Amino acid sequence: MAEIHLKGLAHSYIGNPQISSDYAIHEMDHVWKQGGAYALLGPSGCGKSTLLNLISGLITPSHGSVLFDGVEMNDVSTQDRNIAQVFQFPVIYDSMTVYDNLAFPLRNMKVDKNKIASKVQEVASILDLTEILQQKANNLSADAKQKISMGRGLVRDDVSAILFDEPLTVIDPNLKWKLRRQLKQIHERYNITMVYVTHDQLEASTFADQIALMYEGKIVQFGTPRELFENPNHTFVGYFIGSPGMNFIELEEVTVNNQPQFKFDQLQFPLTQPQIEILSTSTSSNLKIGIRPEFLQLSKIAHTESLACTILHTEDLGTYKIVTVALGNQELKVRLGEDQHPPLTQAYLTFPNQWVKIYIDEYLVDIQVGDNSNE
Amino acid sequence: MSLVLENVYRQVNNVDHLSNINLEFKPGSFNVLLGRTLAGKTSLLRVIAGLDKVSSGKVLMDGEDVSAISVQQRNISMVYQQFINYPNLSVYDNIASPLKLCGTGSAEIKRKVQETAEMLHIEHFLQRHPLELSGGQQQRTAMARALVKDASIILFDEPLVNLDYKLREELRQELRELFKLRNSIAIYATTEPNEALALGGITSLLHQGKLLQSGPAIEQYHQPVNLNAADLYSEPPINLLKGQIKGAEISFENYASFPIANHFKDIAEGQYSFGIRPSHIALVPKNDSDIELSVRVDVAEISASETFLHVANDQLQMVLQLSGVHDYRNNTLVNIYIPPEKLFIFAESGLIIKAPRISSSGGI
Repeated sequence: MAEIHLKGLAHSYIGNPQISSDYAIHEMDHVWKQGGAYALLGPSGCGKSTLLNLISGLITPSHGSVLFDGVEMNDVSTQDRNIAQVFQFPVIYDSMTVYDNLAFPLRNMKVDKNKIASKVQEVASILDLTEILQQKANNLSADAKQKISMGRGLVRDDVSAILFDEPLTVIDPNLKWKLRRQLKQIHERYNITMVYVTHDQLEASTFADQIALMYEGKIVQFGTPRELFENPNHTFVGYFIGSPGMNFIELEEVTVNNQPQFKFDQLQFPLTQPQIEILSTSTSSNLKIGIRPEFLQLSKIAHTESLACTILHTEDLGTYKIVTVALGNQELKVRLGEDQHPPLTQAYLTFPNQWVKIYIDEYLVDIQVGDNSNE
Repeated sequence: MSLVLENVYRQVNNVDHLSNINLEFKPGSFNVLLGRTLAGKTSLLRVIAGLDKVSSGKVLMDGEDVSAISVQQRNISMVYQQFINYPNLSVYDNIASPLKLCGTGSAEIKRKVQETAEMLHIEHFLQRHPLELSGGQQQRTAMARALVKDASIILFDEPLVNLDYKLREELRQELRELFKLRNSIAIYATTEPNEALALGGITSLLHQGKLLQSGPAIEQYHQPVNLNAADLYSEPPINLLKGQIKGAEISFENYASFPIANHFKDIAEGQYSFGIRPSHIALVPKNDSDIELSVRVDVAEISASETFLHVANDQLQMVLQLSGVHDYRNNTLVNIYIPPEKLFIFAESGLIIKAPRISSSGGI
């Protein structure tokens, strides 16, 4: 069991990296606590597998280091890092019984026979494998096989961490939540550091206390599922988390009567004074506001600071509705409850101030605590 | 082109893959086949395409039985789950391939490939090979190939299932836009109710090779014909409680009883299954009439916009769909509240007796 420290870690597959795009992983510094449940979440190609391989030791970092409990691991082999790994596809011995599969890592370590028996029983009971311990593994369903792969990591007392790489890919959709529940129970019981790689926000949010959201080789936000949803640190987080993702509007600064105003498509965007100050002191011209479909308010009648919009399309998904509206040249999504019905053509949009996020050069600027970009 | 299936059966080794399917697809319509794995969706698509033969019944195109017409002559395109492209051809040549087969002139090919590629946002990758593209771009290439010739019928067999959910969201929306402008019949098979609802169009529910009902998805969501249909239309599945109606009361076994809601009053006394959608159960009561149950949390599945709370006690197991993030530790005790007017009532056979009223009042 170990704390994992990614210290000044960066990686390039190119021998002598010159420019930013030569790096698969950009320099980062993160400490993952002993016993924590972490997810590496991101789209394909974002670098999450590379990062996982750096932690497990399949790749040696070109820059910086990976520390386990303060000890540098760069030159330590995967085997000696004492890491258990669960992959997309179950890796088990088909010809052995479930029992022998689970006992295998302990037998290799010459653990006492009685100790093996009690450990295998314990892990089997947590994973609901007790009934099939004497069966051969080859005829089992994909979810049972994947549970065996997980169990093999759990029987050992000495593992530093368990790494999961998209472990539920081959599991039938209606069984996935059962495995997610078991993973959570395992984590609560064993206090092992766990790192879970996935491109699925549901899996990441269910499993992890903390999510590292990756994009183009960087961890653009490291936080709880709630933080990622309510306070996305980067426009990519806003887009990637939530379904549909966050709405963004690009703003342009204009001066009216010596006062800065922020407009899009000839419309003035309603901002608070602190928001205007932050935007007008920025030297960048890449200015955006972001607001989630869940927080936009749609109304039949005009309110102070509401903007007139046109209803383009309503998607009724039964439990909720997604309304697409046109505001100037922008298309925005609004989420309504099951019992809310939008007007047919014209409506008014209100942007509640606390949910309007300001993005400069794609990073969030937090009004309360000032600059809140990643470092 | 119109397409009609008449009493279609297909048996393989004495097992019914399709039984007594009657469906009509209108020219220019967008249609969805919704069903779980092995419900008969792929079997039906293959029969329409001419890849498999019916055991009995007819497939009629423009009123004519097509059983003797080969796949090649049916003017049908198909997009599969797997991204199927020619790996040795460029994206351009992949998209152009169906046009070359039917001898289209090269200027016309160029124009059509360009137009279709732009529609699917892959116009910048035309010179690349499929394996140099991301999964989403590969599937767009396969779709472009299906759309480039003016096929009368375009079949989609779970085309988005291998893509991540963000891409699915985008492609789903694009597909719907694309088909507004076309005159071909589109038939789209999926296991996901949300996809059926989002795509719109006419949805046919398949279960164990049989057609359960056909119509707009949102109507089926509100008025399922039976338990299987109700179950298909919820993700997570609809919660079911055994109970009975006696006098003016509904009771769930021995743990809850409450007065019957007004619009259920004409239902005969007896044993029923009571369904409640995960999104209708709450953690706080909305009305005095809500049924309170004490349960423990099995697990909270969080998707950011929503939380699926799995709960249980000695009598029951249920799922709640809550908006926002609710992080509960496993085994936390909570009270849940079920609004009795939102119950679906099913006979023991599974047939629907009564669905809850659709609220139409709530404005914004």
